[in-house]
Amino acid sequence: MAGVEDRPVLFASMKKLAQWAQSGSLWPAQFGLACCAIEMMATAASRFDLSRFGAEVMRASPRQADVMIVAGRVSQKMAPIVRELYDQMPEPKWVIAMGACASVGGVFNNYAIVQGVDRVVPVDIYVPGCPPTPEGLLEAVMQLQKKIRMGGRPMAPAMPSPEEVAQA
Amino acid sequence: MADIETTIGQVDPETGLKPMVINLGPQHPATHGVLRVRVALDGEQIRACEPIIGYLHTGIEKNCEDLTFNQAITLTDRMDYLSPITNNFGYVLGVEKLLGVEVPKRCQYIRVMFAELSRIASHLVWLGTAAMDMGAMSPFFYTMQQREQILDLIEMSAGTRMNPSYFRVGGLLNDLPPGFEEKLRAFLDGFPHWLQEYYALLDRNPIWIERLKGTAPITAEKALDYGWTGPLLRACGIPRDLRKTNPYSSYEDFDFDVITETDGDVYARYHVRMREMKESLKIVRQAIDNLPEGEWHVPGWKIYPPNKQEIGRNMEALIYHFKLFTEGIRVPAGEVYSAVEGPKGEIGYFIVSDGSGKPYRVRVRGPSFYNIAALPTLVQDKMLADVVAAIGSIDIVLGEVDR
Repeated sequence: MAGVEDRPVLFASMKKLAQWAQSGSLWPAQFGLACCAIEMMATAASRFDLSRFGAEVMRASPRQADVMIVAGRVSQKMAPIVRELYDQMPEPKWVIAMGACASVGGVFNNYAIVQGVDRVVPVDIYVPGCPPTPEGLLEAVMQLQKKIRMGGRPMAPAMPSPEEVAQA
Repeated sequence: MADIETTIGQVDPETGLKPMVINLGPQHPATHGVLRVRVALDGEQIRACEPIIGYLHTGIEKNCEDLTFNQAITLTDRMDYLSPITNNFGYVLGVEKLLGVEVPKRCQYIRVMFAELSRIASHLVWLGTAAMDMGAMSPFFYTMQQREQILDLIEMSAGTRMNPSYFRVGGLLNDLPPGFEEKLRAFLDGFPHWLQEYYALLDRNPIWIERLKGTAPITAEKALDYGWTGPLLRACGIPRDLRKTNPYSSYEDFDFDVITETDGDVYARYHVRMREMKESLKIVRQAIDNLPEGEWHVPGWKIYPPNKQEIGRNMEALIYHFKLFTEGIRVPAGEVYSAVEGPKGEIGYFIVSDGSGKPYRVRVRGPSFYNIAALPTLVQDKMLADVVAAIGSIDIVLGEVDR
């Protein structure tokens, strides 16, 4: 290894390098449900500018995305579809539950709304607010980047089967 | 308009082929939420189309029955979340009608001001997203910029950007904060320039005009049959505007025009909304110029709670405050329908009270629900891509359709 120090060479662990690259180019699925989707749009738009964090490439197809921002309330009718979209996303993938409804059901404690999207898909980051401010979502993206750089999701939690989801 | 189930089975005698069924949504970039549309196609031509709703059913109407009259305002915010304030408006006017009270002039003017500001905000989101559906990306970044200014104004007075619940039964959350007027005037002075920018981006763009003119047309009779209201109906040439025909909250004091176009196509709808923003601007300016001094909520403590300082000094105020926040306002038994002109059309509330502190029933007439019903007629025998243009021009909000 003699003479390497004065050449433009960088040593890194492959894992760390991959994590760094992943955290810097998150591709969220363009997936809005309710009010929070409007704030998500605002986050991506000119004033807050999600692209500063490398996460502005909203993909219309879940097959091209690696972050799912569940922006809004998930109804019983929508829950199986949310799960299907999640299953279609390639690994590695992360989920941000944006807002009170996606996190815990919010103000809608009733027959129609799933009380938190974590009953359907595993959630990495919860964002409080109804709806969260764009700053809140940006903070969540930054937290997620930190999480990815620190080794991503340690282990996927036990998840309900698609049949159980359909019954939920 | 063809029925989709029978259309699917029909074999074309020439080709011997059945129509192809395409499914759009519920996760689709151009459905403005979670709308699902099933389309039966012959080549690229639409033979039948069926919007499927309910993916955002929230049970808001049922939930309202569990909350006091003032608490239910928060749920009305979350129906048409592009313009929460007009939703509050219809609801509080209904409850006030049941109570038989009228709020002071200052409050009425502030309400008008905020309703018009949120109309502009809603039209701005529509403009940005509808243009994005048509493939024009830049208007979105322009319109969201101006929308942020309006949200800042709302945040200033209501404390939150979206879903502010600013209107309360018998008044407002609070009076206009100091510094609000200057900020509002700065917005009013700056906005006409930006409106010109939007026109410059779109209106002389031949692609935009070619794409929109003659797309998804509807006749005035058909539009009335479907129960269309708001800008969509006005784009068909019918000057129906509740602010003029049935003035509420001092709208009769303001000088503005009802915008109509005659063609009833996507281009006409675009123009109606663009010109409406200008009229709204006019109303806001008049409201801030002629803003009356005085109280901004109804007198007494039976409807509007006493302020915090009063609670510390006055035993009676404390009792009223406690009663209002535990039992809610006692609204006399009866039923009422109250409607306001929202950005999407007539947003109406049918409220039944049984004399307790909670509504017995709240039924919402969401304009988007009636507007989306006409989608199959709009796109019958048109191209598949026109579905996207039609949905964009209708300006649906699924939160309001499904409730």
